[in-house]
Amino acid sequence: MKLIVAIIRPEKLNDVLESLFQADVRGITVSRVEGHGGEFEPVETYRGATVKMELRDKVRLEIGVSEPFVDRAVQAVMDGARTGEVGDGKIFVLPIDQVWRIRTGERDELAVTPEPRHGELDAT
Amino acid sequence: MIPQAGPPLRGDDTAWMLVSTALVLLMTPALGFFYGGLVRRKNVLNTMMMSFVSLGVVGLAWALLGYSLAFAPGGGWAGGLNQALLRGVGLDTGSWGAFPRLLHFAYQGAFAIITAALVSGAVVERMSFGAYVWFIGLWSLLVYAPAAHWVWGGGWLGKLGALDFAGGTVVHINAGAAALASAFAVGRRKDYGRQAFLPHNVPYVVLGAALLWFGWFGFNGGSASSAGPVAVLAFVNTLLAPATTLVVWLLLDLWRTGRPTAVGAATGAVVGLVGVTPAAGFIAPASAIVLGAVVALPSYWYMIVFRPKAALDDSLDVFAAHGLGGITGALLTGVLAQRAWSAPADGLIAGGVGLVGIQAVAILAVFGYSLVGTFVLLKLMGLRMSLRLGEKEEGIGMDLVMHGEEAYNRGEGAVLVQERREAGRGD
Repeated sequence: MKLIVAIIRPEKLNDVLESLFQADVRGITVSRVEGHGGEFEPVETYRGATVKMELRDKVRLEIGVSEPFVDRAVQAVMDGARTGEVGDGKIFVLPIDQVWRIRTGERDELAVTPEPRHGELDAT
Repeated sequence: MIPQAGPPLRGDDTAWMLVSTALVLLMTPALGFFYGGLVRRKNVLNTMMMSFVSLGVVGLAWALLGYSLAFAPGGGWAGGLNQALLRGVGLDTGSWGAFPRLLHFAYQGAFAIITAALVSGAVVERMSFGAYVWFIGLWSLLVYAPAAHWVWGGGWLGKLGALDFAGGTVVHINAGAAALASAFAVGRRKDYGRQAFLPHNVPYVVLGAALLWFGWFGFNGGSASSAGPVAVLAFVNTLLAPATTLVVWLLLDLWRTGRPTAVGAATGAVVGLVGVTPAAGFIAPASAIVLGAVVALPSYWYMIVFRPKAALDDSLDVFAAHGLGGITGALLTGVLAQRAWSAPADGLIAGGVGLVGIQAVAILAVFGYSLVGTFVLLKLMGLRMSLRLGEKEEGIGMDLVMHGEEAYNRGEGAVLVQERREAGRGD
């Protein structure tokens, strides 16, 4: 199992959620963050202050998935978030030691969404 | 003393009209809050600017030409040009009331300003700001001013006997029809029908509705053109009708979803205010309660049941609130008006059979003219400029792309640009 962390454009969040849903990936945490990916820095003006906004609003997704779903989830995020311009974001795939589902006390593969169906782990 | 051509100047009337003008003027920024709360956070400044800029652009257009087109002596279809640039608009009293004409100009200007701003609700979150500014400036001259002349400026609808106390037809039906036409001409928002667009700040919506109501006491109360008993009647009806609509709207909410909503309460109050506008100084207070209850029904049905599935993206329901609310109110004026309550003609309940028909003619005339006029104006503008932003810019948001500002900045990571010095150093 892996933790997928993705940083994306806020205006692409709906597209990403849609493509994750279509890929059967459920269970996701979304946070609003700020960051800089080397993209064009918009200039804003407030009275006399003209400023370059070096930090842009970004959205950070965290998705814990079982091994067979890693590639699908990564691909879904990639499809949903890509515009082809600088600033589309990054996807990080991290190993994790343990996952616990608080409601049931289940752990690891049983606790990540989606749960692997019987036989699916062996098949892939 | 300034020589008076009309009735002797009255200080009480003048004072009330001064206050009313300020009250109506407040409604436009109030509308900015009402609309601004209903859009997504990346578009709130642009949405508020669409209302706020009307104070400048339409206010100026009104002084240059609009007032003359609406109220200067002319034909049945439009006023003349002899009061352009405020020529001859001085401190004398006249047919408008026992207060200076200059005040009549300002009071009516506040109406033109808010009517243009009302239309913006149909095109928010996508229309280019530059195109919008051109649009409302021209619209106030080509669509609003003639319609105001027809009803209030001595034009054909007024002569026909159509009753519109404070602008149900001129302001609300007009804005509602223009909203349909402009939503159609500009096109729907990207992702419309695919994603839900939720209000980003419901407290703003409630604040805006409350301030609209406050200003509406000047809108309807001031339309008596005096500080006398008719102003009191209009004022009280402006309290009773929206109060009833608010209650009925919440009951409808309860019936449909089991919970009364804050956006619903704010919307219901505004719909009630729209509905009572043509009738305010013509109907009994008890009739205002009836009107307030009835006006909720078509707007609620259209907004909650029909519109979410509609292909046309009238984003903030301008047609449902102002178009349908205005039509219902104008028809009910034909039913509920009573000479006993200062109406110039009796409605159906007082035995006046013909008034409803006359009201229907006025509704159709203003609705049709505004619908066609607005559509043609936008299509002609579309030949010279682009009416809306590209998909990518629309995704980023209007505030940043059109105005270079953000509403809710955290202020981190903003680097001062010092163009002059940096350029000299060459680093």
